[in-house]
Amino acid sequence: MIVETGHYALVLALALALINAFVPLWGVYSRDQRLMAVAPSVALMQCGLVILSYCALTYAHVVSDFSVVNVVENSHSAKPLLYKISGVWGNHEGSMLLWVLVLAIFGGAVALFSRAMPADLRASVLAVQAWIGSAFLLFILLTSNPFARLARAPMEGNDLNPLLQDPGLAIHPPLLYFGYVGLSITFSFAAGALICGRIDALWARTARPWILVAWIALTLGIAMGSYWAYYTLGWGGFWFWDPVENASLMPWLAATALLHSAAVMEKRDALKIWTIFLAILSFSLALIGTFLVRSGVLTSVHAFASDPARGIFILLILVLFIGGSLALFAWRASLLKQGGLFAPVSREGALVLNNLLLTTACATVFVGTLYPLALEALTGEKISVGAPFFNATFIPLAIPLFLLIPFGQSLAWKRGDLLGTAQRLAFAIFCGLGVMLLAALWQGGPALSVFTAGLALYTIIGSFTDLALRLYGRGASLQEALDRLRGLPRSAFGTAFAHAGLGVTLLGLAATGWGSERIVHMQVGETINVGGYDLTLNALEPRQGPNYTEIVGRTSVRLGGVERAVIEPSQRFFPARRSSRAEAGIATIGLGQIYMSIAEQSPDGGVNVRMFWKPLVTLIWIGALIMGFGGLLSLSDRRLRLGLARRAAINRQALPQAAE
Amino acid sequence: MTRKQRRLALIFGALGTLGVALGLILFALSDNIVFFYGPTELAEKAPAPGARLRIGGLVKPGSVHKDSGQTVDFIVTDNKHDVAVTYTGLLPDLFREGQGVVAEGLLTGTATLKADSVLAKHDERYMPREVADALKKQGVWQENGQQAAEKAQQNSAPAPAPLIR
Repeated sequence: MIVETGHYALVLALALALINAFVPLWGVYSRDQRLMAVAPSVALMQCGLVILSYCALTYAHVVSDFSVVNVVENSHSAKPLLYKISGVWGNHEGSMLLWVLVLAIFGGAVALFSRAMPADLRASVLAVQAWIGSAFLLFILLTSNPFARLARAPMEGNDLNPLLQDPGLAIHPPLLYFGYVGLSITFSFAAGALICGRIDALWARTARPWILVAWIALTLGIAMGSYWAYYTLGWGGFWFWDPVENASLMPWLAATALLHSAAVMEKRDALKIWTIFLAILSFSLALIGTFLVRSGVLTSVHAFASDPARGIFILLILVLFIGGSLALFAWRASLLKQGGLFAPVSREGALVLNNLLLTTACATVFVGTLYPLALEALTGEKISVGAPFFNATFIPLAIPLFLLIPFGQSLAWKRGDLLGTAQRLAFAIFCGLGVMLLAALWQGGPALSVFTAGLALYTIIGSFTDLALRLYGRGASLQEALDRLRGLPRSAFGTAFAHAGLGVTLLGLAATGWGSERIVHMQVGETINVGGYDLTLNALEPRQGPNYTEIVGRTSVRLGGVERAVIEPSQRFFPARRSSRAEAGIATIGLGQIYMSIAEQSPDGGVNVRMFWKPLVTLIWIGALIMGFGGLLSLSDRRLRLGLARRAAINRQALPQAAE
Repeated sequence: MTRKQRRLALIFGALGTLGVALGLILFALSDNIVFFYGPTELAEKAPAPGARLRIGGLVKPGSVHKDSGQTVDFIVTDNKHDVAVTYTGLLPDLFREGQGVVAEGLLTGTATLKADSVLAKHDERYMPREVADALKKQGVWQENGQQAAEKAQQNSAPAPAPLIR
C-alpha cells in the first residue's frame, strides 16, 4: 500500500508540476498577481509529494519488500541498513527519483526563501523549474518506474553491485546531484530573467546564492567521488579522465565561470548576456552529463545501471531544454542594454580572462569526451581518448588560470594597476619561485611537478595577500587590524579561502610526481620497501562480513624499524552477485598515504600486491574541502541577503517592465 | 581606449584563446588517440607493429597463464581470430576466463600485444560496449548473451515472474 501511495504521489507531483508550468507564466503574461502567486504554494506542494514518494521507495528498500522489482534487483535482506537506504539511489530508477527530489527541493527552497524577489521573476523562475520537473517526472513515470511490482515475489533479492556497497555511496551521489540539479535553479533564474526582461544587477544578486549552493555541492561531490574511486577501484588513481568524471567536471568549470561573471554583473552591471548564457550552458552541461551517465553511450569505469533505450528520452529532454533556452536567449538577449565600462587591466578584465580560460578548458574536455562518439557515428571507427589528450590540452589552459588568480583578486575594479599589483604580489611570487628551487634541488623528479608545486604555493599565498594588505596595510597596529577584520565582508574571506583551496589541491596534484609504486608477488612474512616505508605482510586471514566473505592481508607499516600503522587491505567476495572486489588498505601518515591493495590468493599461498607511497595526496581533497568552506563563508555574507530585501522593496514599487 | 577598441581587444583575446585551444586539441588528437579493434578487425587491418591499440574480446578459456612474477599471458578472442596478450601488473578484480575484456598497449607482432592496462567491466552482467559490438559483428554475441541470461536466472533464485507495470 505504501509503495502504491508513493507511485500515486509521484503522479500527483507531475500534475502539480504541469499546473505550475503554465499558470504562473500566464500570470506574468497577463500581469495577474493572483495567477503569479500560485507558483510558490504549488512548488511547495510538489516538493512535499516528491519527498513522500521518495520516502515510500526508501521504506520498500528498508523493509526489503521483494514484491517491488527495484528492490529485488538491487537489494538483499542481509545488506546493512546504510546500504539499504543509500541503495535507493544506487540504481537507475532510484537515482532518477533522487534527481527529481533534488529538483523539487530546490523549487521549494526558492518558494520559501526568495520572498524578496520581484513577484514576476519568482513566478517565472518557478514555472521554468516546473517545466524541468514535469519532463523528468514524465520520464520516470513512463520509462523507469521505481514502484513496479512483481506478481510472484522472490524470497531474496539480487543484492547491490558490490562496488557500490561503500559509505561513499551514501555521500557522493546526493552531493553531486545537489550540484548538478542545483544548476537547474540557475538555469530557471536565467530563463525567468529572459522571460521577464529583468536582466540586471539585482537579478545577479538574487541568483548568486543559488549558484554558490550548487557550486559548493558540485565541488564537494566531485571531490568525494574522486576519493571514493581512489580507495575503492584499487588502482591508486583518483582521476581517470573517464567520460563520467568529465561529465561532472564540465558543469563545474562552467559553474565556476558563472560564479565569477555573476560577480561582475552584480557589482558592475556588465557581462549580462554572457552571464545568462553561462547559466544556460552550465545546466545544459549538467543535462548532457546526466545523459552520458544514464545512457551508457560511452564506456566508463564508473557507470552502473545504464540503459541505452532510456537514453533517447533523456536526449529528447536535453534537446528540448537546451534548444528552447537558446531560442529564448536569441530572442530576448537583444533587449539588453550595454552595461558598465571597464579597462582591460582591471578586476573585470581579469574575470573576463578567467571566464575565457574556464570555458575554453571546458570546451576541450567536451571535445575529448564526445569526439569518440562523433567519430564512431560518422565513420564507424572506434577510438578512445585518454588521459594524454586531456593532460596535453587541459594543463596548458589551467596554468595561466592559476597565474591569474592572485592578480585578479588584487586588481581594482574598473581600472587596475598591473605593476602595482605585481609589486604587492612580490612575496607570493618569491615564495613560489623559492619552492620551485627547493623542490628541484631536494626532490628532483618531474619538471611539471616542480613547477606546479611552486605555482600552487604562489596561488595559496597570493590568495591571502590582498586580504593581509587590507588588514595590515600602511603600518596598522594589531588593534586596527582587528577592527578592519570585523569590517571586511565575509565574502572577501570566502574568495581567499576558495582560491587557496584550489592551490592546496594543486599542491596535492603536484606531489603525485614524487610518489612511488611497487607491484609484487608477496608471501606471508615478506617485507617490501616502498617510498622509504617497510611494509610487512603479517598474515592472510579469512573473515566473514554481513553479506560477503573476505581475505584480509594484515600488513604493518614501519619507518626505520618503528611501526607507524597497520593496514588491512582485503579482497571481498559477494556470493549473491558472485563477484568480488578489492578493498584498499590505507594509512595516512602526515599528509601522505600508504596505499595497498591485494588481488586474489594464488595457489602457492601468496598474493599479488600493489603498493603506493603517495606524499601529500590528502591535500587534493583537503583543498576541495577548503574550497567548499570558502563557498560557505561567501554564502553566509550578510550583504547577500540584507541588501537584497531593501533593493527589492525599492524595485517592487515600479511594476514589472512589459514582457513583450 | 574607446569602447570600440575595448571590444576589439576582447574579441581578439577570445579568438586568441580559442585558437590556442584549437591548436592544442588538434595536436593532442593527432598524437593521443587510441583505436579500438576486435581480433578480427585487427587481422583485417593489420596495423604495423609498434602501434598503440585497444583490443577487446573474450578471454579465451584455458588461455590464462601466470608465471611466477607479475606477468600474465592470455588470449583475447572473438572465436574467429585470437590475439595473444602479455601484461605485467595486477589484473582487475573481474578479470575471468570467458568474460569480456579490453587490453590497451603496443602491438608487438601481427597478433601479439604488450598491454599496459587491462580493463574488465565491474558489473558482471555488462560487457564493455565496444566488446559487445565487436562480438556482435562476428556473430558470437548470441551465444554469450544466452549465457548471461542463464546466469541472471540463476541469480534471482525462483524463476522471474511476469512484471506488473
